[in-house]
Amino acid sequence: MPITYTSREQVEVYRFNAAAAILIPLVALFLQAFIPLRLHFFSIFDLPLLVVIFFAVARRSQVSGMLTGAAIGLLQDSLTHQPIGIYGIAMTVVGHGASSLGVKLDVENAGSRFLVTLFFYVVHEVVYFAVARGLVGLTLQWSWPHELGSALANAVVAVPLFMLLDKFKQRA
Amino acid sequence: MESVLGRYRNLTILVGILFLQVLGLAIQVKRSSENESSRLIRVWAVNAVTPFEKGIVWVQHGSSNLWHNYFYLRGVRQENRDLRQQIQQMEIERVRLSEDANQARRLQALLAFKEQFIAKTVAAQVIGSSGSEQSRSVYIDKGASSGLKQDMAVITGDGVVGKTLRVFQSTSQVLLVNDQTSGVGAILEKSRLQGVLRGTAAGEVVLEKVMSDEPVQPGDRVLTSGGDQIFPKGLPVGTVTKISPGSELFLNIRVKPAADLSRLEEVLVITQQEEREPAVSDSAPLRAADILAERLPKVPPKPAVDPSKQPTAAGALTPAPKPAAGASNQAQITKAAGENAAKVVNTAAPKKGAPAPGITQKPLSTQGKAPDAAVGAAGDPSITPAQPQPPASQDTPH
Repeated sequence: MPITYTSREQVEVYRFNAAAAILIPLVALFLQAFIPLRLHFFSIFDLPLLVVIFFAVARRSQVSGMLTGAAIGLLQDSLTHQPIGIYGIAMTVVGHGASSLGVKLDVENAGSRFLVTLFFYVVHEVVYFAVARGLVGLTLQWSWPHELGSALANAVVAVPLFMLLDKFKQRA
Repeated sequence: MESVLGRYRNLTILVGILFLQVLGLAIQVKRSSENESSRLIRVWAVNAVTPFEKGIVWVQHGSSNLWHNYFYLRGVRQENRDLRQQIQQMEIERVRLSEDANQARRLQALLAFKEQFIAKTVAAQVIGSSGSEQSRSVYIDKGASSGLKQDMAVITGDGVVGKTLRVFQSTSQVLLVNDQTSGVGAILEKSRLQGVLRGTAAGEVVLEKVMSDEPVQPGDRVLTSGGDQIFPKGLPVGTVTKISPGSELFLNIRVKPAADLSRLEEVLVITQQEEREPAVSDSAPLRAADILAERLPKVPPKPAVDPSKQPTAAGALTPAPKPAAGASNQAQITKAAGENAAKVVNTAAPKKGAPAPGITQKPLSTQGKAPDAAVGAAGDPSITPAQPQPPASQDTPH
């Protein structure tokens, strides 16, 4: 039994059936690409990132979290015109971090989900900007107010979204 | 060693995955043909996402068309009347401008000047975006199967949108002009100063390479210069909104794009451009009154009568043929029309075969200062002065 800081004796590990594991990321990618055309403000949300955090925390497996993050990140990269791997690296780090945290902490309640999303959104942006600037040479503008606002918005959306995605969880 | 790897298994996997991705990035950045090295995964991703987008756009447009074309027709009659009047006024304007165009063509012909025409366009629906704030590109529902290729200009009726970056079988990725990796050869309409239009990291559009001592005013229109070999010369790009001293000796000119890049729905892809020397019309100038006269009712010519079959009996009354009567009437009507052209203009029916508004063909010069004058000649019905308009749902060859 892993040593945890949860209120329960043992953390619960969940799994997802194959259809949910494939379709949920695809739907997130689709919505991320489609909705900003109609609702421009929607581009501050990052649904694929939220899905990575959710899967990583629910599965509580670091390898699974990393692979899920890498796969979704690479797919997200593929829809942009930039070199493939920028989102992939950032999502891999987030997947690893979120699953590691999920092993140690109880992240099932709304408050912890809000804070976890807030934290990992900022981590994601920092890694993304570092890779995009340092490795690819893109010129990006870092704005703390914008990043913190986006992190807050994503954290707010994450709470009901995770409750919705809980329906697809199966106890391992 | 084995126990160390076992103990730090997760960390090792993390480093391995990150290393592979960094390696992939390095390869893509180093290779100039980045498109080919990562094409497969892009095809997978695009094929996984775009069918849903196409489906939703199809349903959305279908229901919208059903509502607007069959149920919500309020004000359509009035709009139709207004448009008819507009056509009449534009027709008169076209005739007036054709004289200037003919003169310009004669001068261009003397200089062996070649005009650039938008010969063929493909209308496309915007179905999706890149989903990233750092990548300003959109996807359209036409691809290689519709004749699209890489680096084709994409426009709307308002102005330049971008260029095709990646072309798949049935979809294409369009790089918008406000992306930081885009570049468009541009020229200021008034001062004819040339520069390069680029996007910024914040999604704004700036005109670079204009010297700081040049006279540039807010409100100046920016057009394509044609120097990039992608966009035909003379297309509207945007309007200057702010000017400030930039780095070195250049101005920092901020431009508001003419096309609303945040609300794109339908675009035109220029699939074919033609370059040809201007055709000089030797015909006499056509007056507005002549055009109006053509629309007026004419007296049909009488059938010819065989003189051998005419009755010769004295009592038979045969009206004498009057071949000149029709022509005479027509001449009188033409004269009257010339005098009352201004009165007739709002009531006459549209000329049959007159160009409809919205035809996209527009002669655009590759050199010099000609786009404004390069409107359709009276003797060439295929050339009209219309701006490119939002498309119909099919190819629009001209």
